[in-house]
Amino acid sequence: MAGGGNPDVNGASGLRESALFDRRTIHEIHRMAREGIYDIRGFGAKRRVPHFDDLLFLGASVSRYPLEGYRERCDTDVVLGTRFARRPLHLEIPITIAGMSFGALSAPAKEALGRGASAAGTSTTTGDGGMTPEERGHSKTLIYQLLPSRYGMNPDDLRRADAIEIVIGQGAKPGGGGILLGQKISDRVAEMRDLPKGVDQRSACRHPDWTGPDDLEIKIGELREITDWEKPIFVKIGATRTYFDVALAVKAGADVIVLDGMEGGTAATQEVFIEHVGIPILAALPQAVASLQELGLHREVQLVVSGGIRSGADAAKALALGADAVSIGVAAIVALGDNSPALAEEYARIGTAPGFYDDWHEGRDPAGISTQDDELAARFDAELGGRRLANYLQAMTLEAQTLARACGKSHVHNLEPEDLVALTVEAAAMARVPLAGTDWIPGAESQS
Amino acid sequence: MPVGERAAPVGERALGGEIEIDLSEVTLRELNQRLHAVADDGPRRWRVLNPGGQHAVAVGIDAPIEVTVEGHVGYYCAGMNKGATVRIRGNCGVGVAENIMSGAVIVEGSASQSAAASGRGGLVVIEGDASARCGISIKGVDIVVKGSVGHMSGFMAQKGRLVVLGDAGDALGDSLYEARLYVRGEVAGLGADCVEKEMLDEHRTEVARLLEQAGAGSVDASEFRRYGSARRLYNFEIDQAGIY
Repeated sequence: MAGGGNPDVNGASGLRESALFDRRTIHEIHRMAREGIYDIRGFGAKRRVPHFDDLLFLGASVSRYPLEGYRERCDTDVVLGTRFARRPLHLEIPITIAGMSFGALSAPAKEALGRGASAAGTSTTTGDGGMTPEERGHSKTLIYQLLPSRYGMNPDDLRRADAIEIVIGQGAKPGGGGILLGQKISDRVAEMRDLPKGVDQRSACRHPDWTGPDDLEIKIGELREITDWEKPIFVKIGATRTYFDVALAVKAGADVIVLDGMEGGTAATQEVFIEHVGIPILAALPQAVASLQELGLHREVQLVVSGGIRSGADAAKALALGADAVSIGVAAIVALGDNSPALAEEYARIGTAPGFYDDWHEGRDPAGISTQDDELAARFDAELGGRRLANYLQAMTLEAQTLARACGKSHVHNLEPEDLVALTVEAAAMARVPLAGTDWIPGAESQS
Repeated sequence: MPVGERAAPVGERALGGEIEIDLSEVTLRELNQRLHAVADDGPRRWRVLNPGGQHAVAVGIDAPIEVTVEGHVGYYCAGMNKGATVRIRGNCGVGVAENIMSGAVIVEGSASQSAAASGRGGLVVIEGDASARCGISIKGVDIVVKGSVGHMSGFMAQKGRLVVLGDAGDALGDSLYEARLYVRGEVAGLGADCVEKEMLDEHRTEVARLLEQAGAGSVDASEFRRYGSARRLYNFEIDQAGIY
């Protein structure tokens, strides 16, 4: 939501705004007093948290030598699912598209994600609503999610998928289930989810047929049996008690861990959940790597991380900290055209503005992306959207390669924590890299 | 492949048009892969010996075959079944026939929790009792339990029918959508937004048909009571928050 102009930017009038009761907070208190219910919105956390921006690369100099930016190879390929699956995924770039549902997104938007990901040589992922033929048809590599709701779950799609992702949680709402409000439950969405049209769909937060790590192991075993041990099995968790959750998921037999930080996006969740539950990916990623290393399975069980990844720099830093790949959701939607300034007038009509639009749950998206309204969805050009996403993924990859070469690496996976320093004490402690200009990693003594 | 055209693999015997697979001699993976590879003109009747409580026995079948499991099984027996009739001559662990698409799964003993979870079609018959969360999140399957069901049965059930000849535990049908629940015995308690509804002729006919399919045609359908969603939680209204 756009804030009004500040009447006292320089403090000249003597007016003083409270840091605790700022205008945004006062607006929200008034809204709660009026409506008596929490706010639901899309997007990810909007508060500032320690993030990859708080890290810097140490480029090569006298003690290290760099690679030529335009001449020497810097590879980007990644293989996911090498532990048990007979057919691991081979991706050309280590940037994948996160799970987003048909229902939350329009069918053309899902198609565009498939087109863009396939052109860039990477994977896309279904979501809490089943697999659509458009999505399967346009995605060279498609990961099929098994969620607590089990909407649309069927063995044919399991067999059609290239990998299976068991979703335990997501960064925006670890411990919560999905929400899709009635205005987005069209005839097609209702049919795919076996629900009446127009109901507010609140997905379960726990799976219907298993709880806990021992059951998860048996569930993974069943999915492997159903698919003849072909498909890699990913386990997706929201970042909370990451060290233990990763260890348990690995013990349960996961081929790949997908770790989503609190910055990760959602199509619809209570704002209090988005902003107050979970930990930043910067804090969670080193915990996950430590867990894998202690099990002797780092790189054998691959780690895909997400949550606020926007650029090749974010991706490269995540890889340097030990991830095998990153995943993008909000950034992919923005690349398709979400929050475009070109739609300023239309955003104004629904009470928002470019750069602020987060009411993805309402289904009134003028860009035609987060909607089930046929007229709005028809505005979105899936082919053009796919090209934009492919361009964006290519630019991110080029950025990551640029940084890797500057650090003297011939593969982006050769980036390492030793290439990084932190700008803040908090980031140094969370990422477990030294504060810039020092050899100090806060807390390192107790962690060793 | 017709059985007569090849030497039977280890642990497999052909007996009068039926293939026997002994799970004490072959691995679970071999069993499931053989069941997945059944050709259109392949053997129709399969018998699984010595299941030994293993998990994921006869899962992911996609053919109109008959499989009889001679003994007790662990979790997820006949999971995601499509088209097959799977008969378990013993008790089942968690999630028997989970996400069943079509065909039938018959449990001659009792079943642990989450029986037929998220099932989307077909028929599941449990001759004994089912435990907690029987029919959780179902999306079209029909379930007939000849004994009783545990607590939270029919939780978030969206579509399909659950017929219980015995009693139901607490919180039956919690957060129910459009599934229909029929219970002949006592109901310990109803879950959020679940209410008793009138049994009309169409419901008695429906129950009678399901009883017939489950081999309990002698039971009088008029002895059942019907439960369904009050639909007060379909769209969030703050005045309904206390129902949860």
